Amino acid sequence: MANNYYDPADLRKFGKIIEWSEELGTKFFDYYGKVFEEGALSAREKSLIALAVAHVVKCPYCIDAYTKDGLQRGITKEEMMEAVHAGAAIESGATLVHGVQMMNKYNKLSM
Amino acid sequence: MNESIMPQIKKAAKKSLKAQANALAETNKQLEILNGGIFADGELPYFKDKIAEIGHFPLRPNKLEILQINVGYMCNQVCEHCHVDAGPDRKEIMTRETMEQCLEVIRNTGAHTLDLTGGAPEMNPNFRWFVEEASKAGIKDFIVRSNLTIIRANKKYYDLPEFFKKHNVHVVSSMPHYTRGKTDKQRGDGVFDKSIKALQELNAVGYGIPDSPLRLDLVYNPSGAFLPGDQMAMERDFKKALDEDFGIQFHNLFAITNLPISRFLDYLIASENYEDYMYALVEAYNPAAVANVMCTNTISVSWDGWLYDCDFNQMLDLKVASKVKHIKDYNEDILNDRNIIISQHCYGCTAGAGSSCQGTVA
Repeated sequence: MANNYYDPADLRKFGKIIEWSEELGTKFFDYYGKVFEEGALSAREKSLIALAVAHVVKCPYCIDAYTKDGLQRGITKEEMMEAVHAGAAIESGATLVHGVQMMNKYNKLSM
Repeated sequence: MNESIMPQIKKAAKKSLKAQANALAETNKQLEILNGGIFADGELPYFKDKIAEIGHFPLRPNKLEILQINVGYMCNQVCEHCHVDAGPDRKEIMTRETMEQCLEVIRNTGAHTLDLTGGAPEMNPNFRWFVEEASKAGIKDFIVRSNLTIIRANKKYYDLPEFFKKHNVHVVSSMPHYTRGKTDKQRGDGVFDKSIKALQELNAVGYGIPDSPLRLDLVYNPSGAFLPGDQMAMERDFKKALDEDFGIQFHNLFAITNLPISRFLDYLIASENYEDYMYALVEAYNPAAVANVMCTNTISVSWDGWLYDCDFNQMLDLKVASKVKHIKDYNEDILNDRNIIISQHCYGCTAGAGSSCQGTVA
């Protein structure tokens, strides 16, 4: 076993999670595959959303996977970076909007 | 800013592996890599075992449909991914004598498609004569694989669009991306602008226009260690971008997977992407693509007249496993009764929707 938490080679083994819970693993991968098919959103658009979320949830496997997926789809690096910014903006906005809670509490407690 | 996260700007190679005396210019060295490492260790299955699972080993030809002739390895470009290791320093050029032998075969073949490739086929001094003669043979689909920039490389090539039109040649051209940056990174500075100009000139004489019988197809192959995306989606994106930005039209886009041989293999190893790439190819293995891989309907002829199962086997110097090995002895019946030579590079043709010189196969 590697002595670090993230090993790039583990991404290739993702499918093995089925081995310890076939039913749930299979359901997950079926669902996952279906989500990324062409639909009301194009598979290309969904790839960019996945890339943004990958950054927000800080998943190194997902970042590798969806950078590669984007390249395969011909997505440009400018598009990829804008998607990351969209994710980052929501993430920082989610922090900052709590500033209102802080302001509310401050005001309530203050005379 | 930390230097290590700065983008790695790498110029396209200026010399062929052969001219650099790179170890990978030797086909034995390439085959050693393809047959060894992760395959010899049992981490990944050999291609022959994979196709044996579905009863396709040994791999056998179907009816011959495509005669692909490589008229020489000389090229005006030195693309980083080139499986031919082509470039201006390559002197292997088909002679008129070998062309005469090819013409004899072209006049009698049962194949419906003649596919001229290189290098830049137009740089062969006998190219025009050969096209004129071959076009008289009445082959249904006569393809010339043009890298586009050759049309703008020198005045003597400026009339190529008219020449192609005159002989009803089907032009198939490489275009790695619809953006300048990606194209130039793979193929060299200035390639994008020249390619755009060449495409506009082909359009101007009628090539690539919807419903025009003058066929203009583009070839997309990834500019890096990843597989091509969905061919139809890529075609849609290319059409939209090239039309909106440059008013360019074309018929179809062929998405071709880079095979791990020659300069692309060198790139994969140097960039430490080789193992991941082979994993990706094996993971994307599609049994449905096996029955239609191009070696089952193609014969590839080298500049010096030797016969191969495909252009990739040609570059690995894996001649056909047949009594007939040279164009001078050509016999379609004998040739069609052979086992196709395979190695691990063949995973490139069975990945995803499959890959061939005519695009996807599955």
